[in-house]
Amino acid sequence: MRLSPAASQRAAVAVMWTMTAATIGVLAFVILYVLARGLPHVTWEFLSRAPESMGRRGGIFPMIVGTLAVSGMGVLISAPIGVATAIYLTEYTRKGMLTTIIRFGADCLAGIPSIIFGLFGFVFFAVGLGMGLSILSGGLTLALMVLPTIIRTSEEAIRAVPQSFREVSFGLGCTRWQTVLFVVLRSALPGIGTGIVLSLGRSISETAAVMLTAGSAMGLPQSLFDSSRTLALHFYILAREGLPMSKAYATAAVLIVAMLGLNLLAYGLMKRFHAKAR
Amino acid sequence: MTDNGQVKIRTERLNLHYGAFHALKDVDMAVPPRMITSIIGPSGCGKSTLLRCLNRMNDLIGTARVTGRILLDGKDILAGGTAMTSLRRRVGMVFQRPNPFPLSVFDNVSYGPRVHGELDRRRLAGIVESALRATGLWETLKDRLNEHALSLSPEQQQRLCISRLVAVEPEVLLMDEPCSALDPIATGHVEDLMKNLAQNYTIVIVTHNMQQAARVSDVTAFMYLGRLIESGPTKDIFVKPKEKQTEDYITGRFG
Repeated sequence: MRLSPAASQRAAVAVMWTMTAATIGVLAFVILYVLARGLPHVTWEFLSRAPESMGRRGGIFPMIVGTLAVSGMGVLISAPIGVATAIYLTEYTRKGMLTTIIRFGADCLAGIPSIIFGLFGFVFFAVGLGMGLSILSGGLTLALMVLPTIIRTSEEAIRAVPQSFREVSFGLGCTRWQTVLFVVLRSALPGIGTGIVLSLGRSISETAAVMLTAGSAMGLPQSLFDSSRTLALHFYILAREGLPMSKAYATAAVLIVAMLGLNLLAYGLMKRFHAKAR
Repeated sequence: MTDNGQVKIRTERLNLHYGAFHALKDVDMAVPPRMITSIIGPSGCGKSTLLRCLNRMNDLIGTARVTGRILLDGKDILAGGTAMTSLRRRVGMVFQRPNPFPLSVFDNVSYGPRVHGELDRRRLAGIVESALRATGLWETLKDRLNEHALSLSPEQQQRLCISRLVAVEPEVLLMDEPCSALDPIATGHVEDLMKNLAQNYTIVIVTHNMQQAARVSDVTAFMYLGRLIESGPTKDIFVKPKEKQTEDYITGRFG
């Protein structure tokens, strides 16, 4: 049987439409389901109070603080290192053996399961360097985990800056560093920012790596050397231990709303980036 | 070369290789000061390469290897220890496509001076004004200095790029087919601008367009397959070329 071109066109559109609808449908269902079951339990009390009796009652305030501390630290450490690496790879080296190896290594690191990073962080930071289960160990581990992503997204953003901008800047007698600082980074900033925000999102939603490094203490952390439980881990423990699911869903709802906000921010940055690169 | 024999830039036995490709072969050329010198020749003859040697932009291409001498006011700019930044401030470049930064008009023109350390807002404003006056943009743009440069017409963008260059007070302007992205009317305007600028600057222009070379330049150099075939006063090159190849190219027999 042979379809006419018009019929095959209609069939293709129908198939693709169905696939797209299915994807979006599943995604929307998951999000709406969690929000529907969680949001009713999200109250000011829940957001501002500490948990009681293993999380059966009370709120998640220490987990919010812990999440911000651990992921914030991770990104604060990895962003400067990652951006500097990306600048070095794109602006200061020619494509060669060494840079190929570095890029390959970064790509490999990006694909490693987070539990491995967790194990490494536990052995190296928590035990080896004696940091214990702490925000510091967790933050450093997350920094390692998101570093490859930040390097690669920053590289993409820097590469997208037209070569002619660099030539103009050199042509005006500017040094390479001045060119990087005032022309390249200025144009690439939204793209680099997008990568950093997405990495922050990944850090916030991470469970395995922080469980083994930041620990699961429920108290409000007082210093970087305190153990602290993140939101994602709190949800995991609540759900696993059969503690009230309402609290688990409420935690998940908070996480989802936070991620939605972050992704919207990243999307906004991306749009600005493309508007500029037109 | 010219009536008074003054030379701003002279190349001596200049050779350039891109890897195994011999792009410039024993080029000896003289550029007189405060005049327009045009380099013509068919595609791939090395004219842009030669132009980019004059402020060492080819250094940005890893595989380029240069031998010979390029004398700027008698000093060899290929010699070791030449500061690239001060060389390029003296010898600036305008590119084929207008390429303003995606910033405001003011920020485009003030970019060079600002990076070179001029931070006083009032002095910068003065520099921007005179640089825009030099290219005839001031009257049109004086109330639109904060406008995004990409919202200007192509001709205005190219003028803006020339202003951006003029703002760092170079001595030589290298122009790589500066009108190839412009329509004929805009081309005419930019050509008039070049003639004006030649009162203060030494200009070297690469062009595909022989009529343009004939219209604007005082001196013309003809290149073919990496060699400088002939150079001299424009009227001589176009009216009574010494070399057969030059005559063939100018009369449109090849190229």
